Amino acid sequence: MKQKTDVPQGTLALMVLKTLDVLGPLHGYGIARRIEQISGDLLAVNQGTLYPVLLKLEQEGVITSEWGASENNRRARFYRLTREGRKQLQVETQDWQQTAAMIERFFAAKAEDLS
Amino acid sequence: MKSPKWLKRFFARLSGYPTSRAQDQRLQEEIAEHIALQTADNISAGLSPAEARRQANLKFGAVEAMKEDFRSQRSLQPIDNFLRDLRFAIRMLRKSPGFTIVAIATLAMAIGANAVVFSVLNALLLHPLHIPQAETFYGIQHGNEASSYQSYPDYLDLRDRNRSFDDIAAYDAAQVGFDTGENPSRVWIILASGNYFDVLRLQPFLGRFFHASDEHGPNSAPYIVLSYAYWHTHFQDDRGVVGRVVQVNKHPFTILGVAPAGFNGTLVFFNPGFFVPLVNQEQVEGVNDLNARSHRFIFMTMGHLKPGVTPAQATADLNAIGSYLEKTYPKDDDQRNFALARPSLYGDYLGKPVRAFMTGLMLLSALILLAACANLGSLFGARAADRSREVALRLALGASRLRILRQLFTEALLLSVLGGALGLWGSFVLLDALSNWQPFSRWPIQLPVNPNANVYVVALLLTLASGLLFGAVPVRQVLHTNPYEIIKGAPRGVIHGRITIREVALVIQIAICALLVTSSVVAVRGLMRSLHSNFGFDPNDAIVADTDFSMSGYSGERALQMQKRMLDAVATIPGVQSVGLIDWAPLVSGGAIDSTVYTGAATDLRPSNAAAKPYMFDISPGYFQAARTTLLAGRTFTWQDDQNAPRVAVINQEFARKVFGSEKNAMGQYFKKPDGTRIQVVGIVENGKYQSLTEDPSPAMFVPFLQSPSTQTYLVVRSDRDPLQLAAAIRAMMRTLDPSLPVYMGPWNQELATALFGSRIAAITLGVMGTIGAMLSITGIFGMASYSVSKRLRELGIRMALGAQRKEVLQAALGRAFKLLAVGSTVGLLLGIMASRVLASIVYQATPRDPVVLAGVVAAMLLLGLLATWIPARRALSIDPAMLMRED
Repeated sequence: MKQKTDVPQGTLALMVLKTLDVLGPLHGYGIARRIEQISGDLLAVNQGTLYPVLLKLEQEGVITSEWGASENNRRARFYRLTREGRKQLQVETQDWQQTAAMIERFFAAKAEDLS
Repeated sequence: MKSPKWLKRFFARLSGYPTSRAQDQRLQEEIAEHIALQTADNISAGLSPAEARRQANLKFGAVEAMKEDFRSQRSLQPIDNFLRDLRFAIRMLRKSPGFTIVAIATLAMAIGANAVVFSVLNALLLHPLHIPQAETFYGIQHGNEASSYQSYPDYLDLRDRNRSFDDIAAYDAAQVGFDTGENPSRVWIILASGNYFDVLRLQPFLGRFFHASDEHGPNSAPYIVLSYAYWHTHFQDDRGVVGRVVQVNKHPFTILGVAPAGFNGTLVFFNPGFFVPLVNQEQVEGVNDLNARSHRFIFMTMGHLKPGVTPAQATADLNAIGSYLEKTYPKDDDQRNFALARPSLYGDYLGKPVRAFMTGLMLLSALILLAACANLGSLFGARAADRSREVALRLALGASRLRILRQLFTEALLLSVLGGALGLWGSFVLLDALSNWQPFSRWPIQLPVNPNANVYVVALLLTLASGLLFGAVPVRQVLHTNPYEIIKGAPRGVIHGRITIREVALVIQIAICALLVTSSVVAVRGLMRSLHSNFGFDPNDAIVADTDFSMSGYSGERALQMQKRMLDAVATIPGVQSVGLIDWAPLVSGGAIDSTVYTGAATDLRPSNAAAKPYMFDISPGYFQAARTTLLAGRTFTWQDDQNAPRVAVINQEFARKVFGSEKNAMGQYFKKPDGTRIQVVGIVENGKYQSLTEDPSPAMFVPFLQSPSTQTYLVVRSDRDPLQLAAAIRAMMRTLDPSLPVYMGPWNQELATALFGSRIAAITLGVMGTIGAMLSITGIFGMASYSVSKRLRELGIRMALGAQRKEVLQAALGRAFKLLAVGSTVGLLLGIMASRVLASIVYQATPRDPVVLAGVVAAMLLLGLLATWIPARRALSIDPAMLMRED
């Protein structure tokens, strides 16, 4: 039943949190554009998959949203990190870095290192 | 402690559920805004507005799939989807009411039948007795035959000499006159050994029970323990009854207490009013058999096995006592060996046939359910085929196959739950009626078959299982749907001429249905005819009034005087043509007494040397005339055939043939009773039916009631007056004789209920099964016909476009269904005619050689076919070729 996404959901969620952390309140399109800019091909297609992720994060209480005016002065939904979101971002960033470092070390390892 | 994330989301979803519409709105807006912004960016990047919008849409991806994902995030998707499916299913079902009604009715019938049968099985066999440790509780029956009667001295020996039972109780059933100071009435009671309630390990609801320590010889314990039901209905739950003194057969008895609710003795179907100690037999039954080893009046003995004792060990133990009894009392006890059996259905006597019957019935109803599921499955398949376009469209739009299957299963389960609920409700009504049904007005016989939790669980499981079963039929169809092919309108293959398994199954169903219809028509006809056949007496225009003088304290000479006075008094009632007295009216009481007779020359009067075991009746001089029994030779009795005259008897033809070889030889001859009395045959009457309508010709002997007195009295009053008026006149006359005499009265032909019971039950059962069979055949034919019509819709349309007539269209659409119906009906009818031989053993005069039977069956099957093909035929005829062509 799950729609296949090109991006692992956890990764996308983390990117959303980081984007909001850096840039402050943003609407969905803004988030998508930033992620696309930074990550290159990621989210070049299937931008729609972002919205279920936003909803999930909102339900978890790490972001909130409210109506605001977009660049072309239309009603848009703006998302903002909550305090809890900030905490979670810290934790997850740490986790991610640890994991990444570990994987890196693992890939860098040569046969003689393991013997 | 922070609540886990998933829990938070769960609550957010739960609270998010009601606002789903607002949320959809919000998402819609966000998507629109997203695409608008992207489009604006694209335009500023130099694309044309149209291309910019297209690119934006492409980049956003599949909107519907995303929405689905979003929704699944937002709310509790299973519930949401389920409600969605449910609403859709209800809409679909409402769109085809014919299908819905047929499906629900079939399921209700099949599940209801299973619930009823299981409920009866549960009540009679699985949990019959409401006593503690029922699993170690056994009745003692004879080893060589399925009966349990004992004499009191034998019972005492069994009780005191065995080493396998905790203790053994004994009981007998009897009818007494019961007088609480108001209406004297007749009540069936249990005469129980003193240890009865202790052996059963019961505690009284009120007051106390009697115990073994209350017994001090004959008539020493005039105590009553009321059954809860009788206390409830006759004493209005009055807690003050304990200690009250009441009259039983004119003897004072003290009410000790009330038995717990739900306990009605150990025979499941027999509901006694109260319990009385067995040692008071003389006061209750008018005779004292406590010392007579040859009088096996005790109905049953039973007890709990000691811990660790197996039934086999107990049987061996009892048989050892049996051989001791045989050796010690050779005159009274021969062939004493024993077996253990459950006491709730009188051991194997009823237990064995009931168990076999119920097992068969359970199997049958399971088969019915299975057949119903198969039929509904094919109906469902037809519907799925009809909806293949819809399914294909949904698949093309991105719905997963699982989602579509879930939709179909929701529909199937909705049907099965509706059907199951209806079926359970129906079975509840039926079981309630069955529980309150007293088939015999003279006996307190009732079947406590109310459903309990077990039954509900089984019904629910069956409902779900059948829904899943027939819902699964279209699964393969859906899984192999190729949306492109179907939407392109690829022709669906039509296979002609091959006989499929489904058709064979359908023919079998129709045959079984025809068999049941045939049998039930035969049974009903037989029942009707048996009311007008020769019983050896004429039950029409006669009233039977019965009473027992011992219940009003009469015995011996005084009872005889009263009986004479009663005969004289009733004879003077205007309109009474004749009146006679008999101790057990044939076919009414069901309790005709077997006696044992020996040839006149016999000297060794052991049971095994008996010449015959005839029914024995005590009659008054006018009886044969009142009953219209034809005297073939000799004379009937006169008032001179009394104690001082030589012993005489009138016998029937069968008795003469069996004991004396022929009727001619019998006249004037002598035979002997077990006590050695020589009796002379003075007359011969025609054979009759005594105990049941289907019995073989049985020997019977009639003796003068002046020589063989009995307080049990049935008056046969012949008159052409209105039975109700006459009954009132007789009752008034009895009142003047003795107001305390409890009398029971009714027209003789209506009192044949006992004798006709088997036939009636057979007719009802077959009728019910026939209805179920008909229902199944209808769904079967309906399913097949609608399937073939919907498969061949296009072909039929082309035929019509080319100018085919209605008749030809119908033939093409339904010819096969009718062919199957004809084959099945013929086979069923033939089987039914053969089965009627079996039926003849239950229903008197059941015969299929009867034009009414044949015509009835053919008409019923035709009607059934018409009913089943009505909707598909209408559909085939209403095909609009132009429409059909356009559609593709």
